[in-house]
Amino acid sequence: MSQITRRTLMKVAGAAATASVLGARVAHAEDKVKIGFIFLGPIGDYGWTWAHNKGREQVDAELGDKVETVYVENVPEDASAVPIIRDLAQQGCKLIFTTSYGYMEQTLEVAKEFPDVKFEHCTGFKRADNVSTYNSKFHEGRAVLGTISGKMSKSGTLGYLGSFKVPEVVLGVNSFLLSAQKQNPNATLKLVMIDSWFDPPKEAAATETLINLGCDIVTTHTDSPAALQILEQKGLYGFGQGADMSTFAPKAHLTAIEDIWGPYYVIRVKDILAGTWKSADTWDGFKEGTVKISPYNEAVPADVRELADGLQKGYKEGTFNIFTGPIYDQEGTLRVKDGEVISDADLAVMDWFVKGVESAS
Amino acid sequence: MSPDFVIAAIMTVVGLTTPILLAALGELVVEKSGVLNLGVEGMMLIGAISGFAVTVFTFNPWLGVIGAAAGGALASLLFAVLVLGLNSNQVATGLALAIFGTGLSSLIGLSFTGRIVPVFGSIFPDALARHPYLKVIFGYSPIVYFALLMVPAVAWFLHRTRAGLILRAVGENDHSAHSIGYSVVKVRLAAILFGGAMAGIGGAYFSMVITPMWAERMTAGRGWIALALVVFAGWRTGRLLLGAYFFGILMALELYAKAAGFSFLPSPFWAAMPYLMTVVALTFISARESAGANAPACLGKPFLPST
Amino acid sequence: MRLKLEKRPEPSTLMLFVTPVASVLLTMFIGMVVFDLLGINGFRAVIDIFLTPLLASYKWQDVAVKAAPLIIIALGLSVGNRAQVWNIGAEGQYIIGALCAAGVGIAAGTAGGPLVVLVMIVAGIIGGMAWAWIPAVLRTRYDVNEILTSLMLVYVAFQVLAYLVGGPWKDPNGRNFPATAPLQPSQELPILFPGSTVHLGVLIALILPFVFWLLMSRSVFGFQIRVVGSAPQAARYGGFDTKRTIILALLISGAMAGLAGALEFTGALGTINLGFPSNYGFTAIIVSFLGRLNPIGCLIAGIVLAVTYVGGQVAQTTVHIPNATAGIFQAMMLFFILASDILVRYRVRLVGSASSAQGVKA
Repeated sequence: MSQITRRTLMKVAGAAATASVLGARVAHAEDKVKIGFIFLGPIGDYGWTWAHNKGREQVDAELGDKVETVYVENVPEDASAVPIIRDLAQQGCKLIFTTSYGYMEQTLEVAKEFPDVKFEHCTGFKRADNVSTYNSKFHEGRAVLGTISGKMSKSGTLGYLGSFKVPEVVLGVNSFLLSAQKQNPNATLKLVMIDSWFDPPKEAAATETLINLGCDIVTTHTDSPAALQILEQKGLYGFGQGADMSTFAPKAHLTAIEDIWGPYYVIRVKDILAGTWKSADTWDGFKEGTVKISPYNEAVPADVRELADGLQKGYKEGTFNIFTGPIYDQEGTLRVKDGEVISDADLAVMDWFVKGVESAS
Repeated sequence: MSPDFVIAAIMTVVGLTTPILLAALGELVVEKSGVLNLGVEGMMLIGAISGFAVTVFTFNPWLGVIGAAAGGALASLLFAVLVLGLNSNQVATGLALAIFGTGLSSLIGLSFTGRIVPVFGSIFPDALARHPYLKVIFGYSPIVYFALLMVPAVAWFLHRTRAGLILRAVGENDHSAHSIGYSVVKVRLAAILFGGAMAGIGGAYFSMVITPMWAERMTAGRGWIALALVVFAGWRTGRLLLGAYFFGILMALELYAKAAGFSFLPSPFWAAMPYLMTVVALTFISARESAGANAPACLGKPFLPST
Repeated sequence: MRLKLEKRPEPSTLMLFVTPVASVLLTMFIGMVVFDLLGINGFRAVIDIFLTPLLASYKWQDVAVKAAPLIIIALGLSVGNRAQVWNIGAEGQYIIGALCAAGVGIAAGTAGGPLVVLVMIVAGIIGGMAWAWIPAVLRTRYDVNEILTSLMLVYVAFQVLAYLVGGPWKDPNGRNFPATAPLQPSQELPILFPGSTVHLGVLIALILPFVFWLLMSRSVFGFQIRVVGSAPQAARYGGFDTKRTIILALLISGAMAGLAGALEFTGALGTINLGFPSNYGFTAIIVSFLGRLNPIGCLIAGIVLAVTYVGGQVAQTTVHIPNATAGIFQAMMLFFILASDILVRYRVRLVGSASSAQGVKA
């Protein structure tokens, strides 16, 4: 049951993942600064944890002469995370990244005990003098997927396979549909929350359901490539989540949102080395390189690519924001006036869907 | 509702139902012989990874299914040795098998994550399998037909063959069967291995048909549903088939209700439905038939011949 | 010559103690060999998993906090298991127990203090009992198999949790994440040693085994439970109310699971989110059998299991064993102990081939 909130995704692994899991690491250098990572899934999951581990590897690659990284994988999001985080602090880690929302209280608890150790909690919102939070604007990537879908969907009915009704998913849905509606004002969206980040058979059945209800493009906010495999069988289109998943569905995989944590990790570790680390709340997107779009499938026409690239450019230059009014909610009430932009603070707590989302969860 | 819509919905239901039907059929035979094996989830996972691994190496899904059956049977052999050979507690041993299978499949699976495998082609000509209407009958993976064929096959075996009669006798009264000269242990061993093989094929349906890939814990608790299904069906094959489809429909209903926006009930209610309905159905069945008339009398009890 | 099994007139007390220890040692040995085959320093891995948590004093509190719920739930399950009542839904009762405690906490608002905490814990116990009462009634009144109903209710309990933390009980300041508001400090369980995480629940988990030991060995109820489990016919002749015993056994196991949930919530985490259920209810079944359904055995087995959890995490950072191996270890220990059960009840003897026709070899 504890697997319910786990983001485990299995994708192209190759021998590397296995080797690194099974191979013993012996590197021990006392003079190096230790940096700790707490991971939710196995590092070979090619999804959420895989992406964070890539970030860790980038720290090793760029600062390996000054720092040593350690990590623990498959850490549950219950009280037993406390001793594991504490363990890293006791081992002498100067900076510890806890990479899932469910470690919020646990991170704060350990942070209280170790005022000299700095902590970075991913996707949370509670900070302290030695606890920072950081997150990625996944929804900016969703805007690109929405733009492509708005252009390429024939039926104008889009499918969205969600996990839980949390702000990250609500933002993803809204960003996706608003962008699609810019290309096709009549676009609507059907949504199924499967109450899990990872349940391949249920993801597959939910995708079939969405297709049967008229969706010809389905985007996934769950972590397995199951939906893509179904879309491939039916000759329809979809997108990868968290990483490039094209191996699983070479025809259906139009592109994917990739999570790139490395640049942020390198910056924060450098701050520790320089002694300039400060508690902060960071929410990066395309501009900072935290969100990246995978190479497009050849099925994406040139004009659509141009639109999608333009949108990414807009985000990078800060000239575009999909959450710009007028925005109506599901009931048709005007929630954001013409020209107004929803602030990041409001986005972080968004719990209402925009007009055109046909199924509420 | 257009015919297309109904056909697509039916095909989703079949996909959801087949693996639990397979595992439940196997478990039905095991329980009919008087043994309760709670390790179905573990055997399904071991079947899923074995089938997948064999297919990766041989590029042949048919061999993969055989591998899945062998993997599941091998896992059940572990259970059989403990339960039959050493008279260990069946409930605890079954649970241990479930935990063991989950762990072992994850460990083996480390080197198979991300691999892709060839899938089954259709066994019917495309004119039938891809026909807009006829695909509802001909458009499935061979495992689906195997599962459906196994229902009458198991029924026939249990009620029309001598071996089936012996198996039921062992489950009803092991001491009598023993005294007439049948080997209780051998009969039960065969039943347990069959159960393991069927659970293994059920697991392979996940890793080779629904989503041809390996992922840790990919059966996501379906093995436990298969267990419930056997009791739900009152240990009858015909009712097992109906029950399995009833379950499949309930699971599909949750997804359709959500996608269609039936928001009058909170989503967790839909998710809890199949489990709640099982409890309710179990109660009705048990209440109607006095004291579970169809339950094998020796179910779960160790066989200790008096010396 | 062949091996012959001979039923002992009385279960062997020596074997009762020797076999669990042997099971753990055998698991350690096999683990060492298997890890070496996988190219991991097997000796170091096994030391880290089984010994480091015991030798490193700073790990003791982690073991204690992890062991507490396992012990408490296993105590209750052992009562049922002795009566041949199989509650495998303790996880659900644990969840409902924690939710009931949370409900009281939310209803109390900002009020705190020992009384409120006590009410929260009692609510947890009642909640766990109520959830276990369902399979109990179904079993005794309609003869519905409690193994399956209690298990199905785990999934239902999880959906109740999902509904409450995602809906009515969602923390208004929680940024719309499905979780309850963190407990007021005055509603939390007291910490035994300042600066540690060892909460009152750990003390309860240390005391309860002795209470259960008294209950099982000295009271009429304990006797009834044992008779109903080992000889239901005799129980009927003896005038024991089998149904009442079954209901009581299930209620006790539910109460313990609910208590564990409430203690974990008020003592360790202080909030309930979707990650709250952590398989304690299932792992406790292993603890119960590893402890030979004996209260003091459960205490020891709970600590052993907690050690493997804590040690497993240690080994992850030191020798990088995959996390999946933890379950294999636990299952292996259980397999060994179940396999060795036969040594408790039987005596193995070498006999001449002539008498083998009568062998009990099953």
